Amino acid sequence: MNDFIAARSQMAISLGFHIIYSCIGMVMPVFMAVSHFKWIKTGNPVYKNITQAWSKGVAIFFATGAVSGTILSFELGLLWPKFMEHAGPIFGMPFSLEGVAFFVEAIALGFFLYGWNKFNNWFHWFTGVLVGVSGIASGILVVSANSWMNSPSGFDFVNGQYLNIDPIKAMFNGAWFSEALHMTIAAFSATGFAVAGIHALMIAKKRNVTFHTKAFKIAIIFGAVAAILQPFSGDISAKNAAKRQPAKLAAMESYFRTQPYSPLVIGGIPDTVNKKVRFGIEIPGLLSFLVNDDFKQPVNGMDKIPSQNQPPITVTHIAFELMIAIGSVMMLIGILYFVALWKKRSWLSKTWFLDLFILATPFGFIAVEAGWTVTEVGRQPWIIQGVMRTIDAVTPMPGIQYTFYLFTAIYFTLSLAVIFLLSRQIKMVPELYDR
Amino acid sequence: MLYIVIAFLFLSIILYFLLGGADFGAGIIELFTSTDNKSRTRKTTYQAMGPIWEANHMWLIIAVVIMFVGFPLIYSTMCTYLHIPLLIMLLGITARGTAFSFRSYDAIKGERTQNLYNHIFVYSSFVTPLFLGTIAGSAVSRQIDIHASDFLSAYVFSWLNWFSVTVGLFTVALSGYLAAIYLIGEADDDNDARRFIRKAWQMNILAVVFGGLVFIVAERQNIRLAHWIFGNPVSLMAVIAAFVSLVLLWLMISRGIKKTIRVFAAFQVVMILLSVGYTHFPNLVMVKGGENLSLLAHHAPETTINDLGLALIIGSFVILPSLFYLYYSFQKKEETV
Ligand code: HDD
Ligand code: HEM
Ligand code: HEM
Repeated sequence: MNDFIAARSQMAISLGFHIIYSCIGMVMPVFMAVSHFKWIKTGNPVYKNITQAWSKGVAIFFATGAVSGTILSFELGLLWPKFMEHAGPIFGMPFSLEGVAFFVEAIALGFFLYGWNKFNNWFHWFTGVLVGVSGIASGILVVSANSWMNSPSGFDFVNGQYLNIDPIKAMFNGAWFSEALHMTIAAFSATGFAVAGIHALMIAKKRNVTFHTKAFKIAIIFGAVAAILQPFSGDISAKNAAKRQPAKLAAMESYFRTQPYSPLVIGGIPDTVNKKVRFGIEIPGLLSFLVNDDFKQPVNGMDKIPSQNQPPITVTHIAFELMIAIGSVMMLIGILYFVALWKKRSWLSKTWFLDLFILATPFGFIAVEAGWTVTEVGRQPWIIQGVMRTIDAVTPMPGIQYTFYLFTAIYFTLSLAVIFLLSRQIKMVPELYDR
Repeated sequence: MLYIVIAFLFLSIILYFLLGGADFGAGIIELFTSTDNKSRTRKTTYQAMGPIWEANHMWLIIAVVIMFVGFPLIYSTMCTYLHIPLLIMLLGITARGTAFSFRSYDAIKGERTQNLYNHIFVYSSFVTPLFLGTIAGSAVSRQIDIHASDFLSAYVFSWLNWFSVTVGLFTVALSGYLAAIYLIGEADDDNDARRFIRKAWQMNILAVVFGGLVFIVAERQNIRLAHWIFGNPVSLMAVIAAFVSLVLLWLMISRGIKKTIRVFAAFQVVMILLSVGYTHFPNLVMVKGGENLSLLAHHAPETTINDLGLALIIGSFVILPSLFYLYYSFQKKEETV
């Protein structure tokens, strides 16, 4: 493995790991605030138990999120020093504000986790809300830093110099809104489905059914609403990407030849040698319609992109298809839940219904990973779209493959540890909260 | 605005050194506590650090963000040539943060798992400040060679040298000292307090020994440390002030004063940082061959510095009061319990 590939893989695995914890860190505080609110309002102790049980799990996720985030803020410099040297001053604004948001979050978390029975109920509740608000704010901010890499703005690039820097303009770059919206919704649907799935499993096993049913309901309502909104926001993202990164769009769709009535390809394996997709279903005109709102107007294909600027097609396309497939399924499950809730109450306790949610536990997170693969791999060979190539940014230090192995081992161990701890907490629910 | 940004940078470095340092120190104290007393030390540590450790470590993030937004060339140089110690420090932070929260949030408090967490916690508490100090030592002592052509001189000897490593050991001793002084005031009973006083004393001696060692090594490596510290009035005053407050601190301990002493210990550490920082200002990194990376010369363009400064000012209006309230609340609650 050469150093460049190793550096990219290390970045990918670090972010792929962190993103799971950050989604949970953004969304779980919201769920806790809801059940905490219900407890204060109704006085029903089950809600208090749910809040406390969740908060114990969340503390583990927070610690892991915080350390993996700390790793990332150094890794950007350790692996991509040339990138940070030039990009730092331009896209640093969201990171500075994110620092503030993290700080607020860490302080509020201290109050929330250690504040049971110490403060006025509403103050305590408010600190929990603050954890969620600052978590979501930091997620949006950091995504805006990423979207700047896709849609660089706020500076003039003249003869290799970065002039007239405007950090505020860089923060509100062209891809900012679509990415932040899509990511925030994704965090809710992924976390909502994952949490709901775990509680559904417990209901199916007939353990503490009241407890788990109430927890399931809070999680799935958020998850289902988000899952239904997700494809619409994905459509905004795709239109936006088509405008600013035609190469990414062509790779996502595996769309080789520019043609009128551009087809949308569903499924299939890209054959990059013969420039076509095998085993896919082509729907003529649909891509033109999705991108241009017009069935005829051609969409630019990969043939319009010089070959040294083309991203890897196979990975991008498959990741994209995976995200779409999961997104469609999650949307259907979300709709099904509301049908059950409003029309077919009896479904809610049926085995097949619970099994569906148990099965869907990891779906959202798989889609999140796939979506980020689309965004990041689809941007290659650029680290800053059209401005700086990834290979020019990488650290001159040799031997990165060893640090890559090391980090892979660490993330693997940490994942196992988190799963282990979480399963122990779930196991303890009956003893701690059975009343 | 540049000076405001620099002030925030130093503020966050100092606060990280004090708060994060005390945090690491708690682990170091635990490492050097006899097995019988370990669990009592642990309990005090948990009560004292539990609610605030995450906030303490945010200062590092703030410092890093200021570095890469405001002083990107300095950041990228450090990240390139000090890659390895930074990496080890990160591993330390990771191991320590996770072990600390895992040991309090593991739902089943099994002996073997708790032992494992404890081991990871104490050793990483030792390693992290060791490498933090090493990094600081390398940055100011012209050990980084940006013209080196082979791997070892570019990426290893930049930090693996006697000076940097002794600075690292000195940092470990200081962290332990800070923590011990802090824990004296948090102890549940007199027995514990006496134990922490003894630890503080040992750490103090260690710090003096390693401090002396730093001077000796500096002499041998032609690093003009003595000149940095005694060669200008401000640094000299800072060292004298640190010394006087150290004497006062031990006098107070002998009188049984337990809380105010932490202010003195913090003061000493700030003075030590000040005396070194002042000599070098505005240079932050000094590389082999005489080039200096200066905060006043190698900063981001004006607009970025202005926006960064503004963000920091606004941020501190939000953060500082709530942070004080956090410390205050958990301080007060413990006293009433
Ligand atoms: C729960 C997770 C999830 C689900 C169900 C979907 N997505 Fe997604 N998608 C993400 C999670 C995600 C993500 C991980 O959050 C990404 C990565 C970067 C970003 O902004 O969001 C993403 C990126 C992303 C991009 C690239 C954006 C860019 O590069 O700026 C497009 C075009 C779409 N998505 C489109 C869709 C469509 C049309 C979906 C319809 C079903 C869909 N996504 C479902
Ligand atoms: C704010 C957020 C992010 C920033 C600033 C960021 C930055 C970067 C950088 C600097 C690289 C290396 C250079 C490159 O390959 O272009 C990279 C690569 C990568 N990142 Fe991101 N990233 C972010 C979010 C994510 C997330 C959340 C994921 C999650 C899964 C992710 C997945 C990847 C992958 C897969 C690569 C490797 C791409 C390749 O080399 O082919 N990124 N990212
Ligand atoms: C799309 C990508 C990302 C998202 C959505 C995201 C979001 C979040 C969120 C919500 C948290 C707080 C929750 C928790 O602690 O579990 C967090 C933690 C953190 N993230 Fe990320 N992040 C992303 C990428 C990055 C990158 C690229 C960096 C580094 C530059 C970074 C640095 C951090 C740090 C330092 C923390 C710890 C903060 C703390 O101690 O509370 N994150 N992230």
